[in-house]
Formats: sequence, structure tokens, C-alpha cells
Amino acid sequence: MMNLRLFAHSVLMVTEKDMRIYYYKGSVVIFGLLFPFIMFLTFFIGRNLDITLFFPSFLGMMLFFSSSSTGPLITPWEKREKTYERLVSLPVQIGSVVLGDILSGAVFGMGITTLVWIGGTLLLHLQLAHPLLLIPALVLGSLTFASLGTLLASPATDTPSNIMMYSNLVRLPLIFVSGIFIPLSQLGSWAWTNELSPLTYLVDLFHAALTGDAVFPAAIDAGALIVITSIFIIAAKVIQEHNLISGR
Amino acid sequence: MNAIEALHLRKSFGPVTAVDDVSIAVPEGEIFGFLGQNGAGKTTAIRMMTGVLTPDTGSVRIDGIDLLKNPLEAKLKMGVIPENGTVYSDLTAEQNVLWTAKFYGMDRKSREKRCEEILTRLGLLSRRHDLVRFFSKGMRQRISIACAIVHSPPVLFLDEPTTGLDVFSRRLVLDTVRYMNREGSTVLITTHNIEEANELCSSINIIDKGRIIASGSPEKLKKQFDTSRYVEIAFDQPVNGEFFSAQGFTRAETWGDKWRIYADDADYAVKQLVTMAQEDNLTILSIATSSPTLEQVFVQMTGGT
Repeated sequence: MMNLRLFAHSVLMVTEKDMRIYYYKGSVVIFGLLFPFIMFLTFFIGRNLDITLFFPSFLGMMLFFSSSSTGPLITPWEKREKTYERLVSLPVQIGSVVLGDILSGAVFGMGITTLVWIGGTLLLHLQLAHPLLLIPALVLGSLTFASLGTLLASPATDTPSNIMMYSNLVRLPLIFVSGIFIPLSQLGSWAWTNELSPLTYLVDLFHAALTGDAVFPAAIDAGALIVITSIFIIAAKVIQEHNLISGR
Repeated sequence: MNAIEALHLRKSFGPVTAVDDVSIAVPEGEIFGFLGQNGAGKTTAIRMMTGVLTPDTGSVRIDGIDLLKNPLEAKLKMGVIPENGTVYSDLTAEQNVLWTAKFYGMDRKSREKRCEEILTRLGLLSRRHDLVRFFSKGMRQRISIACAIVHSPPVLFLDEPTTGLDVFSRRLVLDTVRYMNREGSTVLITTHNIEEANELCSSINIIDKGRIIASGSPEKLKKQFDTSRYVEIAFDQPVNGEFFSAQGFTRAETWGDKWRIYADDADYAVKQLVTMAQEDNLTILSIATSSPTLEQVFVQMTGGT
């Protein structure tokens, strides 16, 4: 039977290592911080949008990009630097590595997004309709997209730039089908795609928390994020365990 | 009790069988060598024994703990220096060692004390605050060793730890292996360096094409080839091969400024060579009988391919 105390310790140690090393990497800063800001400015400036109504979408996008920015980098980077083999020989299981990487991405995303929310609230005097929904939105959203980042990094490769490219291939379309820049009503025949995107549920949960104006009940949003996160975690673990068997 | 037990390990990559039914048992306190050419299966075997690679079949026990069933507990018992042992280049030497010590559950005070002790032993205390990315290969390897031994593991695995190192770093690595063994660690080391295996190991397995083809102490392995003892002789004047042809020696070959004479009975061959030298008015500058080296055993066993 698994020793839960040892397992939890190994998860936290992997998280500590990731936080010390990967938060400062250029691609994390670019794709986790600058990219969502630039996207926001590109779509917001000159369009006479109401910042109060747009802010939950921006917050969702911020959490999405920041949480999913470290994950794709870690495993390919470690395989390239050949530190992955050392890591796996330490007292860890693949589950510890996967959860540790997810936790580091989630902490990064939550930290950055909380700062953005505090800044936005102070500068723009934004309201907070349901404060108790903000915490699950931050926690669940960060875990979901950190899991996505770790899943994207799971295929066997030692080339971080390849994974960053593929991760953007997945992340960018999600922005456009999740009702952030293009209202869902204008998606036309593509409207069905928004329900497949986890970002839709996060943005909706932020709307519920900040403006009280949500499409789905909060329980549906939270349930969808939990299910999607579980799928991402299991898939990442299965792929990485398979890599351990195939020696890649 | 055996510190390391591997039973019927097998690993294939597609059609290639890298390790084929390898079983070993390493008693506590031993320095055990895995000797083989590049590609023989040493690294694949050690990766399976350290939990880095999942075997197709077989089992591994570290200090009595099943590695596949209880990986966390088993890995706590071991320290590993992987091939091309790398550490985190974005951390300092000290951060690498302290983080690893924390991973093994050491408390703050003991990990700081142990870190200082090890970095001193490995000659890196003055560079403790420098980022590893600025270190030479030898220094990185020493940090890798520091990380592997920081928690005084009962079992230490080293995969080709001296490959590509300068003489000083190599000496330091080998001294540290001996030190850890004296401190109570059982050591499993893979190498293709025969001299190193002969110098360090109390027991050796020779692995070739994924299978163990010989095992025993270095002296026992050499003994198996004792029939190939030879006499090394140097004269004051040059002689040619015909000089030895009629005397019933198995083989004669030049070896630098000497001749190496192989015979079924080396002691008899010495007497014969002395007589021959006297008859031909040759002065013998040096003469000695030698046993086969581990290198000769290795080459003979693996076919020298």
C-alpha cells in the first residue's frame, strides 16, 4: 500500500524544485505573463468594450495562460538537460512528478491572477458579487490548466520548443471558442464547441463570482472543471508511465 | 542479507533485447561491478534497478524492499549517480545538495552539516554558492556524487561515474566510492574501464549482449584463464620470432622492447628460455611470468568485439 505521507512529501519536493527553476524561464514569462496582456490589449483597445463586463474574461484568460505556461516546459527541459533521470531515481513515483508539476503551475497561475484581480479591483473599482465563488474559480481553474500544461508536456520529447509550439496550437483556439473575445452568440454554427472547452466553465465561474451574471449554475462549472482536470491528470500519468516503460 | 537482489530482469526495445534474464545478488558491504562494453546492457540493467525504467519482467529488491511494489520506500534506501550524472544547472552547488537531502527527509540541521562535510570532501566548499552551469564536467560529476551520498544511503548505484573525467576528478570519485563503502554503503558500479573494476570491486559480473556471461571476484575470473600465463623476457640483443619457434611454446609475440612467450607451463618455459639465452650468448635484461589481466579475460569472454 502506498505511503501517503511519503507521496505527499515527494509531490511537494517536485513542486519546490519547479518553483525554484522554472518560474524564471523566458518562455514562462512570455507565455504566462506577457502573452495574455498583449492579447487583452489587442482585442480591447479601440473597441469601446465595458471593462467591468470584460474583466472576468480577462481574468479567465490570465489564469489560463499563466497556469498552463510552466507545465509544457518542465519535463522536456529536464529530459534535454538529463536531470529527468536523476529526478525519477529519487524517492518519487510518476504520480508525484505529475502532481508536483501541476501544483507548481497552479501556484504560479493563482499567484499571478490574484495579483491581477487585486490590481484590477483597486484601479477599476470592480465589484465582487459572490466572493465565495472566487476561491473555487481560482483553485479549480489553476489546477485545470496546470494539468493541461503537464499533459501537453507528457509526450516523449527532449525539445521544449516543440512542446511550446504544440501547446499554443491547443491553447490559442480555446481562447476563441470560449466566449472571451468573440461572444458565444456570434460563434454561429461553431457555438457547440464552447461547451467542450474548459475555459468556458472557468470564465463563466468568474462571471458568477464578479458580476453574478453566469450562463451555467456554479455547480455545473465547478463539476465540469473537476472532471476535465481528472481526465488531464490521469492522461498525463498514463503517458508518462508509458514513457518509463518504453524508456523514452 | 543481500542489499541488492535482481531476479530475471528482462527488457526489450522493439526487436532488440537489451537485457536478457539478468539476475544478481549483492551482499551488504560489497562493491559490485558490472563490466561490459558500450551497448552491452549495463545502463539498461542499472536503470531498471533504480526505478528509472520499468522492466518487462523480473523483480528488484533494495535492502529487502520490493522496488516495483514500494518504489518510494525502496528509493529512500538508495543513492544514484546516473550515466552523465547531471544536476540542476540553474541551482547552486549547495542548493542541489540541500534540496536532494530534503527530498530524503533529512532535517534542516543535519542536511546543512552533511552538505558542508560532503562539499569539503569533494573539494567544492569554496564554490558552494556558484551556479552549477558554470562548473566543469568533473565538478558537475562531483556535485552529482554529493547529491547521491548526502543521505548516507545503504545502497549506492553508479553508472559509469568516471567516464570523461580528468585524473584528479577520477581519483576523487573512486576515493569517495571507497569512503562510502567503508561507511557502510553497498555499491553497484557499472563500467567499461577494466582497470577501475579491478581496482575497486570485490565481485564482478561481465555482461555481454544483455546477458551475464561470467561472475566472480576479479582474481577468480583471472584464474579461469590461468592456462594463458606467459613469460615476458627482454634480451640485450634483438632476436627474431624463429628463435622461439622450435621450442614448443604456444605463441611468441613482441611487446614493446620485450617478447611475450605463451606456454602451457610458464615455469618450465622460464628454465628453457634461460638455457636458450646461455647457449646463444644472450644476456637476459629482464624476465617475469605474468597471469592474465582482467582486460585479457574480458576481451576473451566478450570476443573482443
